[in-house]
Amino acid sequence: MTAALETPAQTSTGAPISINAVSKKYGDNTVLEAVDLDVRAGEFLTLLGASGSGKSTLLNIIAGFTQPTGGTVTVDGRDITSRPPHKRGFGMVSQHYALFPHMSVADNVAFPLKRQKVAKGEIRRRVAEALELVELGHLGGRRPSELSGGQQQRVALARAIVFRPRVLLMDEPLGALDKLLREQLQLEIRRLHQEMGITFVFVTHDQDEALTMSDRIALLRHGRIVQLGTPEQLYAEPNCRYSAEFVGVSNIFTGTVQGRTFVDGVSGRSYRLEGAAGQHGSSLMVRPERLNIATVSAPVPDDMDHVEATVDDCIYLGSSRTVQLSTDAGLHLVARTEVPRSPDGVVPGARVNAYWDVRDACVLD
Amino acid sequence: MTKTLTRTGLVALAVIIGAYLILPVLIVVPMSFSDSSFLTFPPGEMSLRWFHNILDEPVWLDSALASLQVALLSAACAVVLGVLAALALVRGRIPFRNTITAVLLAPLIVPYVIIGLASYIAFLQLGLTQTTLGFVLVHTCLAVPYVVINVAAGLVSVDRRLEMAAMSLGAGPVTTFFKVTLPLILPSVLAGGLFAFFISWDEVVTAIFLSGPDMTTLPVQMWSGIRVQIDPTVAAISTLVLLVIFGSFIVLGLTRLIQRLVRRRMADPATNTGA
Repeated sequence: MTAALETPAQTSTGAPISINAVSKKYGDNTVLEAVDLDVRAGEFLTLLGASGSGKSTLLNIIAGFTQPTGGTVTVDGRDITSRPPHKRGFGMVSQHYALFPHMSVADNVAFPLKRQKVAKGEIRRRVAEALELVELGHLGGRRPSELSGGQQQRVALARAIVFRPRVLLMDEPLGALDKLLREQLQLEIRRLHQEMGITFVFVTHDQDEALTMSDRIALLRHGRIVQLGTPEQLYAEPNCRYSAEFVGVSNIFTGTVQGRTFVDGVSGRSYRLEGAAGQHGSSLMVRPERLNIATVSAPVPDDMDHVEATVDDCIYLGSSRTVQLSTDAGLHLVARTEVPRSPDGVVPGARVNAYWDVRDACVLD
Repeated sequence: MTKTLTRTGLVALAVIIGAYLILPVLIVVPMSFSDSSFLTFPPGEMSLRWFHNILDEPVWLDSALASLQVALLSAACAVVLGVLAALALVRGRIPFRNTITAVLLAPLIVPYVIIGLASYIAFLQLGLTQTTLGFVLVHTCLAVPYVVINVAAGLVSVDRRLEMAAMSLGAGPVTTFFKVTLPLILPSVLAGGLFAFFISWDEVVTAIFLSGPDMTTLPVQMWSGIRVQIDPTVAAISTLVLLVIFGSFIVLGLTRLIQRLVRRRMADPATNTGA
């Protein structure tokens, strides 16, 4: 295993990609609006977004399959906007594997090396290495159709890295796999990234996948980057309501900021603002794990804000428990508690106080 | 019970339709072995004299060779042009796609008499009647639609993402076509080529216009043969032609079978080591 890892890791270094005011229009339909994005050399950057957010279009522009309407793409400071895909030298893996059905697994992996006119013995050695790297060393003689989905995706990965590209592009590569296999491959792709040290640009609509794998995440919506940051930044410091709702689960009160308080527009209750005081915004957000629950009879601590609610459901998840609540104003809330700390009296139908530390609430647009 | 009856009925119907399609063709076979000097059915005495007759008269061999040459060349030209056209129609971003498709497929609809007459008039001035080039030009035109239809159908079923993958792996458009697209559409290309060959091989209408003492194809020779002399030489020729056609289909079928067997054998050892 380790011997096989040496070659790609030693010889490839990631290339920085710079996307400058890239836009894409199809007729009147704007898919990307002047996107600026700098992908650092060797980082794992995820383009996260719902379908139609423009994430795949952006990836295809980087790959060279789609010509942007405006803007430039530069790699290592060189403008490659109009360079055709086969001259960019990026590896690419798509959701649909795209293995050549008329070739054996080994011939598939050898394909990019043959295009580079690598010597025969060298091809054989590097194909074996690449297949070893994805733990499929014994299947080189098979046809792609004789492999499982997970194995096919590993072959696609091996084929995309065997020619030591400086950038690897992945378009929802795990989308067609079941949950267990997906989680396993997520970790493998992360390991590959760490070992190879090349730039990965990864497209997904799955926020968990983005949080698990990325160095940085660019959240896209309607052809714009809504927020760019590390997984921690996106989860802990969302910069808008969309970001908070897309990444992780969130409880959001809608209303207005008035001085040092936030007034709920529906129930009329006001909540204290501490660090967030003075900010503009129309939403107050509390993450489920920051929301505590106690029966109405228990006193609410002083530095906490609270709202009364009725328990709708308690869902046992092994390591944690999710409690679903409805406030009197009809707002649905979700709280997540550690199982041992699960409070007494929290059963469906019970009246409870949902409370949170005022420092854990943040104001969003 | 009713199910069995329906089944039997369907099988009987299929046999009748099959017989209706094939019997008129097969009837020439016994006629060609007849000893009689006229086309008769059923044949009386059996003999091979008409097959000898073919060898004695050089026109048959000459016209057969001319037909073979024209058919092979036309099929080759039609395959090259048809594949290129299908690529442009299916993969390209071209204006007036529907109009171009209609023009390409027009020879399917335009009566062959008109095509024959038009090319005769045009070729007379160019001196192309009774030449291999003239025949190949017209037959290619007639055969291209069959190649386009076959190959376009094949191309539609080839995933574009395979071609995109090839490009991302460093293959230019030409390499991508020869290494990825062509191997995947090869069955359609071969089918189109086979169609093209037989379209030319048994084409008689336009060939009559273009034929003459200098050059005649086999179908035209047969047609004029039966008009001037009604001896069973024509039946003997037909039998030989049938033999060639059935033979080629049998060879094609056998090749497919062998390929499948070989592929299975190649897959087997891998399966064993994998397990």
